[in-house]
Amino acid sequence: MNAPSDLPRARGRYRDDPDALRALVRDDAVHRDVYVDGEVFELEMERLWSRTWVYVGHDSQVPRVGDYATADVAGRPVMMVRGEDGAVRVVMNRCAHKGAKLVSEPAGNVGRFFRCPYHAWAYDLDGKVRAIPLRSGYERTGFAASEAAGGLSVVKHAVNYRGFTFCRLSDTGPDFEAYFGASLSSIDNMVDRSPEGRLEVAGGVLRYDHACNWKMFVENLNDTMHPMVAHESSAGTARKLWADKPEDVPKPMAIEQFVPFASSYEFFDRMGVRVFDNGHSYTGVHGSIHSRYSQIPEYEAAMVGAYGDARAHAILGEVRHNTVYYPSLTIKGAIQAIRVARPIAPDRTIVESWTFRLVGAPEALLRRTMMYSRLINSPMSVVGHDDLHCYRAIQEGLAASGNPWVSLHRDFDPVELAGGDRTVKGTSEVSMRNQFRAWARYMSEGEAA
Amino acid sequence: MSASAPTEEDLVRLVYLEARLIDERRFDEWYALYADDAFYWVPLVPGQADGESHTSLMYEDKLLLKLRIERFGNPRSYSLHPQVRCLHVLQRPELEEADAAASRWVLRTNELYVETQGATKQVYAAVVRHTLSVVDGALRIRLKRVDLLDCDAPLPSIQLFP
Repeated sequence: MNAPSDLPRARGRYRDDPDALRALVRDDAVHRDVYVDGEVFELEMERLWSRTWVYVGHDSQVPRVGDYATADVAGRPVMMVRGEDGAVRVVMNRCAHKGAKLVSEPAGNVGRFFRCPYHAWAYDLDGKVRAIPLRSGYERTGFAASEAAGGLSVVKHAVNYRGFTFCRLSDTGPDFEAYFGASLSSIDNMVDRSPEGRLEVAGGVLRYDHACNWKMFVENLNDTMHPMVAHESSAGTARKLWADKPEDVPKPMAIEQFVPFASSYEFFDRMGVRVFDNGHSYTGVHGSIHSRYSQIPEYEAAMVGAYGDARAHAILGEVRHNTVYYPSLTIKGAIQAIRVARPIAPDRTIVESWTFRLVGAPEALLRRTMMYSRLINSPMSVVGHDDLHCYRAIQEGLAASGNPWVSLHRDFDPVELAGGDRTVKGTSEVSMRNQFRAWARYMSEGEAA
Repeated sequence: MSASAPTEEDLVRLVYLEARLIDERRFDEWYALYADDAFYWVPLVPGQADGESHTSLMYEDKLLLKLRIERFGNPRSYSLHPQVRCLHVLQRPELEEADAAASRWVLRTNELYVETQGATKQVYAAVVRHTLSVVDGALRIRLKRVDLLDCDAPLPSIQLFP
């Protein structure tokens, strides 16, 4: 672990001291260093984000042979690539020669091979070296046995789960099914909502630059105590604007999407929160802010046609709020939208918002999810402004002295320390405690003191 | 201004006025410049065909614009503290399309848009297109489309109206 680094050498306070890392997480509180410390952030990328399964992208972003889509995983430039054999691989976007990125566009098609823009080294879509100019220059050198001759670095541990592609950069870590366990039911429900059981990325991607630590965003997804406060100015205003309208006037979709954010504490309590091992969780065990959206009769008919009455209504009756696939992916299966955290620095995170078409469903559903995304997740969204303001306020406020601890006490129950699959009332902070327990384990386990 | 046939100077003046009313935070007067069926549109990708079949940074009708204006007046709109200010620096608008029979004029304006909050400052370059019509005898905005030069980049919060 002593690779040369161009970063200022941290004091080694945490790198070589797993006990110090563990001490940042109490049963019911966390130390501010988890959000602000540069060394902790580096270690998060090396350990938590490399030893766990991180979302790369959806395979519908690369439908044809030669298609690629780039992503940042734990600070590494990677790309999903559709190979000649139809498989989607996760490959480092780095020439085996001098290290240049092979592609600079976020997505595109390279045809049958990658070609480096610097010295024209060429690679097959599965990463093997295809051609090198003046190859004779490598005879009688150590090239054949070198890393470069091995071609592009293909990430060995990559899984495509019903279209969602994840990878684990490190050779050590849990396998995919063990890592996500029963939380995968949220992806299942999202995909099952297509009468054909298939999703397609559609409508583009919003990228929102957050001047805050990635965990503030991820924790907020199952924070049900903030909407009625932080979003009073947006959702509360929407509610007031519509307050004097008679009951029988159909609500515009925007009002239908904004107003539930201003729901009561009791409402969010009833939604419930369910946590799983390894930091995963979802709110909306018993319905959610999306439950009262208007029905689209043609869609219901298509679902009943595909699945039969009972199964179709079971799928549509499962209306979860946010599911967090710790640490990178958060999904809203009920409306076919996902948000992905891409950490850049301790105080900077890019949040990507993607929307999906339910293949075989009316286009109205795609329009609904796109409207939601732009009203809630866009850099120009007032709800987004409300949230980011609070995250930045934390990032700046944590510089304070006097109290280095962040409280996560709400509804703490010692039985949760045993882990496992648990469902409790929706306003509990259990999802955050559950995230930090996984965090402390992946940050410290297997590290010699 | 003659209600039936605005001059080019009338059209240009409306574009300047619209920007100025935002800059001076005269949002109720600004809102009144928009026709009832108007949209304020900031596309997410260059050359975006429409606001319905692709996500936009912003695509809002008058109800949603009203919501923003009301929100500006809410003391609990914490994201607006400290005060967010903006300034539009416009080149002279060019008349791109004119169809008096259909009462439809399109003006294209290059702009620099600056938005500040406390110590932070954002600067954007954009091409703005105003689609104007005469509605009930007055010139009104039917569509304002703002193509930010870096619309597809990761962006921080933009809280006013570029």
